[in-house]
Amino acid sequence: MLWPSDGNEAGGKSVVWYLAVAAGSFRRYATYRIATVAGVFTNTVFGFIVAFTYLALWHERPHLGGYDQAQALAFVWTGQALLASTGLMGGGLDELQERIRSGDIAVDLYRPADLQLWWLAADLGRAGLQLIGRGVAPMVVGALAFPLALPGDPLTWGGFLLSVLLGVVVGFSLRYLVALASFWLLDGAGLALISGLACMFFSGMVLPLRVFPGALGEIAQLLPWAAVLQVPADVLVGARSGGAVLRGLVFQAAWGGALLALGRLVQAAATRKVVVHGG
Amino acid sequence: MASGEPGDGGGRVAQGFLAYRLIVRMWVRSALAYRASFLMMAFGNFAANALDFVAIMLMFSGIDALGGFSLPEVAFLYGTSGVSLGLTDLLLGSIEGLGRRVRDGTLDVLLLRPAPVFAQVAADRFALRRLGRLTQAVLVLGWSLPRIPVDWTVGRVLMVPLMAVCGAAIFAAVFTAGAAFQFWAQDAAEVQNSFTYGGNAMLQYPPTVFARELVRGVTFLVPLAFVNWLPALWLLGRPDPLGLPGWVDFLGPVVAALMCTGAGLAWRLGLRSYRSTGS
Repeated sequence: MLWPSDGNEAGGKSVVWYLAVAAGSFRRYATYRIATVAGVFTNTVFGFIVAFTYLALWHERPHLGGYDQAQALAFVWTGQALLASTGLMGGGLDELQERIRSGDIAVDLYRPADLQLWWLAADLGRAGLQLIGRGVAPMVVGALAFPLALPGDPLTWGGFLLSVLLGVVVGFSLRYLVALASFWLLDGAGLALISGLACMFFSGMVLPLRVFPGALGEIAQLLPWAAVLQVPADVLVGARSGGAVLRGLVFQAAWGGALLALGRLVQAAATRKVVVHGG
Repeated sequence: MASGEPGDGGGRVAQGFLAYRLIVRMWVRSALAYRASFLMMAFGNFAANALDFVAIMLMFSGIDALGGFSLPEVAFLYGTSGVSLGLTDLLLGSIEGLGRRVRDGTLDVLLLRPAPVFAQVAADRFALRRLGRLTQAVLVLGWSLPRIPVDWTVGRVLMVPLMAVCGAAIFAAVFTAGAAFQFWAQDAAEVQNSFTYGGNAMLQYPPTVFARELVRGVTFLVPLAFVNWLPALWLLGRPDPLGLPGWVDFLGPVVAALMCTGAGLAWRLGLRSYRSTGS
């Protein structure tokens, strides 16, 4: 872990700190080269499998969910490209959960840095590396193998990247809440599992939320998980354009803000409660 | 490295089974000590797999056939592949953790024990919760059986358990070969996911959905098609998209035996080339 030496000065320095934390986390994940290559391989294989099933599905129902075939295929590969980065399968905060369980968290709470911001910075660093390391390659393979509806103008790509950033923040704040639950639960594995399932299903990873029938689809698109994948993917494939992009970003930012605030409340309650063994 | 040697046949196999049983019993007892935790994890394992099937049902909410296959027929493919993978995952799934043991050096402890390393690694952290996956697949298979258009003769009835066992053996070979690969690339655990869980994701859908090259790949290259596609096509009386001769549908046991032999050799090669991280 990276720890800047001039820890006690508040103010402008703190931004530099968190940037350093993010950069350290970015570099740390950059060292897992073989794991990154293995992950790219797996994401690509799954991309092919899901793409073919979607081809068959859109062959039967050409405009299912309002997507045409090229958009549906682009959705598949966006999902595979963002899978690691947005933390859809969990990860990134396992260490925090372990520190809470073991009691090491008491040391972290003494540090002159905010726990939530620290881990947010670390998670953003991780997400940044994984977006490049595990996102670009599957997307390129997908675009070479299938006709994908990808935007030509840089503005849409910019909107997409902003949306991904907000998606990562929402994904982080959900996982942060799950990790903090370890303050109360002896074994957080069950909760992490349920949260992971909800994230897979209601993010659009298993099937785009617009394809869900009736009220289930409408409700699913209002839940926070939609902000993790469904919204960024819709921005990229052009299912959202103009004002709808802006509304999507506001939706994501609102959930991100609300969940981060909730995280702070839980964190405050947890730190009041901490009693480390032996004193 | 004595424990990697084939040794004197029958005696070592019996010894391996004994070691496997002892280690498995220990892990089962430890899992059942926390009953609520165990039930929650088993349910989670069940639900995680059920999501895939929920996605298939959602797809079928708008269509009657996918790639020319009805919902019960797809459910049959899903069930057969799921039961095979479920069996292997339960009995041998822990082997994918080999890379971690190589990385942190704890594999050395296993090499010192007077029992075959394969049996020890296969039983390591045996997870009874994986019954959840198996149960879910059995339920889907059971639902599909009376609904698929098959004229059940004795031979056809016997084909179903034969498929499950041969499929499990084929997946076991893939798990073992993947673990053997980790002797050289410790961080590459995810690569084998492409073939095990990815293969399963593919086999859940009819072969007609996929590009012919892909079907060829899983028939001749990594012959997962023998897990359920080929025997299921025979049961359902459907033509094989590759137009292979009819007797190929019955080659499952031969393919399974060949693959297990190959995987066994790969395992030995890997174990023999293992060099500890040292002290």
